[in-house]
Amino acid sequence: MNGPVDVAQPFHGRVFRYGDHVNTDVIFPGRYTYTKSRPEEVAPHALEDLDPTFVERVRPGDVIVAGWNWGCGSSREQAAVCLRYSGVGAVIARSFGRIFYRNALNNGLLAILCPEAVDSLEEGAEVEVDLEASVIRCGEAAYGFSPFSPAVRSMIAAGGLIEQTKRRLAAG
Amino acid sequence: MTEVGRPADMVRTFAQKALARASGQKALAVGEIVDARPDIALSHDNTAAIAEIWRQFGQKRVAIPERMAVTLDHAVPAPTVRHAQNHVEVRAFVAEQGIGHFFEVGRGICHQVLSEEAVVLPGDLILGSDSHTPHFGWLGAFGAGVGRSEMAVLWATGELWLRVPESIRIRLEGALGEWVTTKDVALTLIGDLGADGALYRSVEFEGPAIASLSLDSRAALVNMMAEMGAKNAYMPPDEDVFRYLAERLLTRPGRCPGRGAEPCETPGEVAVRLRRRALYPDAGAAYAAEHLLDLSSVKPQVARPHQVDDTVDVAELESVRVDQAFIGTCTNGRLEDLGAVHRVMAGRRTARGTRMVIVPASSEVWNEALARGWVADLAASGAVFGTPGCGPCMGNHLGVLAPGEVCISSANRNFQGRMGDRGATIYLASPAVVAASAVAGRIVHPREVVE
Repeated sequence: MNGPVDVAQPFHGRVFRYGDHVNTDVIFPGRYTYTKSRPEEVAPHALEDLDPTFVERVRPGDVIVAGWNWGCGSSREQAAVCLRYSGVGAVIARSFGRIFYRNALNNGLLAILCPEAVDSLEEGAEVEVDLEASVIRCGEAAYGFSPFSPAVRSMIAAGGLIEQTKRRLAAG
Repeated sequence: MTEVGRPADMVRTFAQKALARASGQKALAVGEIVDARPDIALSHDNTAAIAEIWRQFGQKRVAIPERMAVTLDHAVPAPTVRHAQNHVEVRAFVAEQGIGHFFEVGRGICHQVLSEEAVVLPGDLILGSDSHTPHFGWLGAFGAGVGRSEMAVLWATGELWLRVPESIRIRLEGALGEWVTTKDVALTLIGDLGADGALYRSVEFEGPAIASLSLDSRAALVNMMAEMGAKNAYMPPDEDVFRYLAERLLTRPGRCPGRGAEPCETPGEVAVRLRRRALYPDAGAAYAAEHLLDLSSVKPQVARPHQVDDTVDVAELESVRVDQAFIGTCTNGRLEDLGAVHRVMAGRRTARGTRMVIVPASSEVWNEALARGWVADLAASGAVFGTPGCGPCMGNHLGVLAPGEVCISSANRNFQGRMGDRGATIYLASPAVVAASAVAGRIVHPREVVE
């Protein structure tokens, strides 16, 4: 298993392209939702019903490029966690299912709205994602995206919502 | 159009009002981010997994035990030892933390049960670690789904950030035709507007047709707006809703809104309290989009595999053989739905090679169907029944599908692999169409079986 990549720093990887309306059932099947929750349990099932070869091929820092409404459907958080712990650093899409979007950022998986990148990036392309500069680079090309809010950036820097909340509660 | 004497910036949607109430603010603009304090935080079989996250915070007690509601519904009774162990952990957590709103195996699906128990009231904010939490809009509450980590934070702090969404308004006029249900209305809307047609938005229904819809029918329509990407959905609560809740509050001591531990008064007095609590959008509120649907134009629909917005009139669908017909879920497992099935199936039999699985949405639905004799009639028709709960909807148990099998279902999602093997296919339709298809052995309009 790969394990997560540090997304607060610029990271490199290859593009895996998928289509529109990819739902959380095919990202992480419902048949596992009440028996597998920990990162090491869920990562081997990432995209199992969409692309059964994905888990063998993905490497740390790779990104998913998709169309409209990525992560629609169930609220299951494992859909974000399995991608993060299989090594995916970012999902770049035209739009996201709203619960997936929150779950992704809460777990330090970048969910980036960037239609220009979706238009241009091809399967297998080598890209660099730079959170600080809010840009995706591919060869000579660069695709900017709207910067995440300071609150979201500080949450990602803290290691996600849970780590951030631990600090907040400890600080009283 | 602005009401006389009210400046335009005071004109607000339901979403603006509900989130203002939940965050203790006077007025909110669309796009503002608020720290909201939900009236109810809902979790189900995922409660043990959330508790494991929550324990990382080092707290001994959750911050909001009285505002938490827990049901066991997604895999009940436990299909495997691992699921059974999960239930053990949920019960231990509930006992340890003194959670009053706890509903055991067989009581039913969280959204149906919290409605029947009048745990959620008009104007409330309910956040649930379940994507169909927008369901509670049928009684005028703001319901939205969140993830497990967010639920754990909610238990620890009592609040969570939410963005005030844009709203879209859907006006309903006219009356439903024969064999047409609000499931068909929902599939028509989703087919027209797309599976992301309401993404991030509050869907606010209005119009004269709402009063003519039964409460079960309203719930089915609001529930399905999750499949259009909605953050929440809403119907303006009327006297029917207040009466439904008032009857239930009267039989549950200590639950009367605004009276503390005092018992409720008469149904009429409780209804007055509920009416006072209800929230309605202002005339002239700003909507990102407005749609009009004449219910008399809606025809029975089917959503084809593997997307909910791939809809077609059932009469225009090519011939599709059916291995399994499934009735149930938070969308269409209520009494009215079983009644529609009974109307189509009683005195008839499932086709050879086609099986019929019925899972009532709650024990109340099950008991009433038993009392009316429907269960015996449907069993004689070849139907088999599962324990009230989510059933096979998400592929856990009680009727999962093998490769190549075809299911016609009254549920809400036809995603690839959802009900079992990824090589199976799921069609979505109203309970009447599902029942007719069970009798015919292929997907058909109910009139082909009944008339």
